[in-house]
Amino acid sequence: MGNPLPRWPELRELTRHRTLAFLRQPEAVFWVFAFPMVLAAVLGFAFQGGERAPSVVGMLAGDPAWRAALEADELIEVEVYATREEADQRLRGGHVDLLALGDGERPDLRLDPVRAEAELARLRVLVAIGELAPLEIEKVEEKGSRYVDFLFPGLLGMNLMGTGLWAIGFAVADMRQRKVLKRLLVTPMRRASFLASFMLSRLLFLFGEVVLLTAFGVWVLDIPLRANLLVFGALCTLGAVGFAGLGLLAASRVKTIEGVSGMLNLVMMPMWLGSGVFFTYERFPEVIQPVLRALPLTALNDALRATMLDGAGFGGILPELTVLVIWTVLPFVVALKIFRWA
Amino acid sequence: MTQLALKATGLVKRFGDLVAVNGLDLEVRAGTCLALLGPNGAGKTTAIEMIEGLQRPDEGTIEVLGRTWKSDANGIRERIGVQLQETRLQEKVTARETLTLFASFYDETRDLDEVLEMVGMTEKKDARVENLSGGQHQRLTLACALVSDPDLLFLDEPTTGLDPQARRRVWEIVETFKSGGGSVLLTTHYMEEAERLADEVVIVDAGKMIARGTPASVIGDLHADSIVELFPKEGGLDRLTDAALLALPGVTEVRREGATYTLVVDDTQASVASLLTHLNEVGVELHSLQTHAPTLEDVFVALTGKHLRDG
Repeated sequence: MGNPLPRWPELRELTRHRTLAFLRQPEAVFWVFAFPMVLAAVLGFAFQGGERAPSVVGMLAGDPAWRAALEADELIEVEVYATREEADQRLRGGHVDLLALGDGERPDLRLDPVRAEAELARLRVLVAIGELAPLEIEKVEEKGSRYVDFLFPGLLGMNLMGTGLWAIGFAVADMRQRKVLKRLLVTPMRRASFLASFMLSRLLFLFGEVVLLTAFGVWVLDIPLRANLLVFGALCTLGAVGFAGLGLLAASRVKTIEGVSGMLNLVMMPMWLGSGVFFTYERFPEVIQPVLRALPLTALNDALRATMLDGAGFGGILPELTVLVIWTVLPFVVALKIFRWA
Repeated sequence: MTQLALKATGLVKRFGDLVAVNGLDLEVRAGTCLALLGPNGAGKTTAIEMIEGLQRPDEGTIEVLGRTWKSDANGIRERIGVQLQETRLQEKVTARETLTLFASFYDETRDLDEVLEMVGMTEKKDARVENLSGGQHQRLTLACALVSDPDLLFLDEPTTGLDPQARRRVWEIVETFKSGGGSVLLTTHYMEEAERLADEVVIVDAGKMIARGTPASVIGDLHADSIVELFPKEGGLDRLTDAALLALPGVTEVRREGATYTLVVDDTQASVASLLTHLNEVGVELHSLQTHAPTLEDVFVALTGKHLRDG
């Protein structure tokens, strides 16, 4: 196997080679750096809360005593229908949350109590006609509790996973397919230098990736960054290196670009769905939650949220760090063992 | 005693039931070029890759520049230059950047601009690999093999797929390397390439050596003055027989392939004269008749009944 330590001149040149090859592909640069920002912006703005949406209450034409009270309430929007058939049909289609019927002192309500919106509309109607006194409330307005605050660390984690796996897996498969790996094997180049160059170039890009994305999140989307920057940086580095190892493993034996694409999708698919990028994985059945929590992206996302949103230190993310370290060491060791050079 | 740059004995490599290399002995004297000549699938690449340390032989010993792969693999790698078949270099970097990368692997290297000059890539040194022609790309991979100033150069089918002009430029570079005292092991299925570059050829078929020697001596073993090929007009072929042609003076071998008869003759003038008489007698009209001096291709055909390019 030769000397296990990388040598600096060849490590430097291999890393430079990787970096140049990446930077000279504008489309690759776009997908790594610009796309996540676009995605974060679009999703962030789309799900930004803003005003409270009013409940839609349907009624029949007429002027019962309670009508004025409903119309005066800004949280209720009244729709008036000419016939009962039309009203029922609008209710079935979900265009109105409930129907207020009858011309007595108080309306008779027709609704599907299973729908949360219907229940909300019922309570608002009760408040509007004075049947229910509103309690004092304190509005939650601090940063860190909006959907975009939940989403952003997940996107950052997903990006670290995607670029780590693709950058390494794709490059290795490409070099194998082009017979460049084989060509390198007949030089005195140390294999350790070769593998280290992937890690090093990955860390260079990681720096740009994390700084750019985080700066965008903090300044444009107003995401809190409450963590100690050292903890945050170390966490991102660990995540990136871990996924680089996984990328190396995925590409350790595949012979073609097509092969590695399939392999990487296989690796990433469960994590896109189950690692809490877009919504919390706690919605999945109880039985599979331990499995989900053992996935590297779940650990990274949880740890990123804890550090960014809650300002956790190393102590607060110890279980996640443990999972990440295992996912960093194991694939790398296995990849080294089974790696196919020629 | 002549110094050997390479000595391989009894090389055997099996892939399942297929014996790719079946007991091959190779020697390259220092400062000379040995060509492994044979059709595709003859085991040339397997043989050269075993010697390069890329594949492990099932049997046999290999000594490269006085070292073995077991005792001093890196010592060998420092002193050899290799051009593999079908390496496609990273496209987004320039020729000079590629060469700089390869130079970084070696303890000692030549001056990069000197190497670029040697392979005629000085003007293209800042061009990205993706913008190089096939010939330029091939010369760049040669430069990568030469950057360490190797003692022994391995070339696996170095001009396959190149146009004649690009091929000649590759040959010139190899000749320059040789004139500086370098040794070369070359595989090829182009007999012109072997005749031009090799001091010695080993003709291989189905993993075995079937002839060896200098190009001239191997061709000389055919005992042929020239090769005569006749292309009779429609219907003429049936009026010719192997026996009748073989009975003509000077004809030592007769072969019919499709619409062509090929004769190996040891007295061109006598044979052609009596051949024309014979053709008149049996009433065969010719499209054409060609004679040429025997080549390594003719040797291969004579020994195997196949052509080098049949694959």
